[in-house]
Order: sequence, then structure tokens, then C-alpha cells
Amino acid sequence: MMLATGLKAWVWQRLSAVYLAIFVVWFSVHLWMSPPADFQHWRQWMAQPQVASAFALFFISLMIHAWVGIRDIVMDYIHPLIWRALVLATVIFSLLGAGAWSFLVLAGIEY
Amino acid sequence: MIKGKAPVNLNLFSIAFPVGAVVSILHRLTGMLLFLVIPIAIYLLQYSLGSEEKFNQIQQLFSGWQIKFAALMLLWALLHHFFAGIRFLLLDLDIGLSRIQARNSAAAVLIASVMCLFLALWLI
Repeated sequence: MMLATGLKAWVWQRLSAVYLAIFVVWFSVHLWMSPPADFQHWRQWMAQPQVASAFALFFISLMIHAWVGIRDIVMDYIHPLIWRALVLATVIFSLLGAGAWSFLVLAGIEY
Repeated sequence: MIKGKAPVNLNLFSIAFPVGAVVSILHRLTGMLLFLVIPIAIYLLQYSLGSEEKFNQIQQLFSGWQIKFAALMLLWALLHHFFAGIRFLLLDLDIGLSRIQARNSAAAVLIASVMCLFLALWLI
């Protein structure tokens, strides 16, 4: 998976965007139609395999989408190579960390 | 060298931006903002799943007007990024490329995100 090349990054940005859009609509409609009554309901709903999987795919898509977007912004505005490399390295490690953290949260839900 | 003849315009605010440019730059700014709040979102999810007490604390947190205001601003950012993103995806598919259609859809993005924000306010 080469997210650093132009056309492939562009395709990944669009693919992740489509899933993010579907997920956001689905989750918003769920929160509106049947908001979690209390903690137990909330945790049980989140622990369902389909729901947890939808969230896992959401976080993967989010990290890919954020990476391509922030990378585009950095390449537009930060020109000295050393600064660009430093900022991009910080961004990718932050996103990998956030992705790992989100998976720990999802994996840690108990019935 | 002739002085004062060449038009100099360094004040960006004196230039009228077309509505498409406004939508485009807001798409960037909202994307940046949403990127910065990713850790807050994961933390809130983790906290809400921690215990009954923590879950209730988060509900309490959102009753304060400052947090409510901040949440609404972020919701607007998300709505704008969502609608502007769909517009860009449609433009990628060669839908709405003419100048008049592109201007109308850009204005529609601005209006739809504010309207959905009020809809959310009304639903909650």
C-alpha cells in the first residue's frame, strides 16, 4: 500500500471518504433514532461484532483519510525539506498511535 | 522605473473570492480542525465505555454551554467537510462541472451545512 504516490493517494483519499460518509450518516441516524438509554445499552451496542467492526473500519479509513489530507496541506505550505520530513513524520506517528489506541478501546469493550 | 503605475494588490481581503474558493478553503480548514480533534474523540469514546459513572459524567459535560458551543462548532466543521467532500466526489465524476452548476453547488454546500446544524439543534 503506497500512500505516498500521487494517484494512489488520491484514490485512497476518495475510497476512505466514501466509507467515512456512509459511517457518519449511519452512526448519526442511529444516535438520533435510538440514543443509548444508559451505560449498559451503550456498551452492549458497541460490543456487538458488526458495530465494533464498523467502528474498526471507520478508524482505519479515518487514519488513511487524515494522512492523505494532512500530507497534501504540508506539501503545499511547508517547503524546506527537513521541516517537511519532520512534520510528516510527526503526523504519521501520531496517526499510527491514534489508530492503535482506537483499536485498544474497541478490543477492550466487555459485555 | 515608473513609480505608482503597476497595479499592486497585496491585500487578499480586498479580493472577492468566488464561492467555490470559499468552500475549498473551508474544506481544508475544517479537515485540519477535524484532524486535531481525533484524540479528543477517541478519548471520549474510551471514557464513555469505561464505567457507568464516566458515561454519566460525559452526559453532564455536554450540559454546559461552553462545551455545547464547542461541540456545535465541531459539528458544523464536520457537516461542511461532509457536504463539500460529496461535492468534490461528484466533480471527480464529471458531475456539475459547468461554471453555473459549480457555483450553485458551492452555495448549496454552505447553506446545507448551516441548515443541518440548526436541524441537529432542533432534534437534540
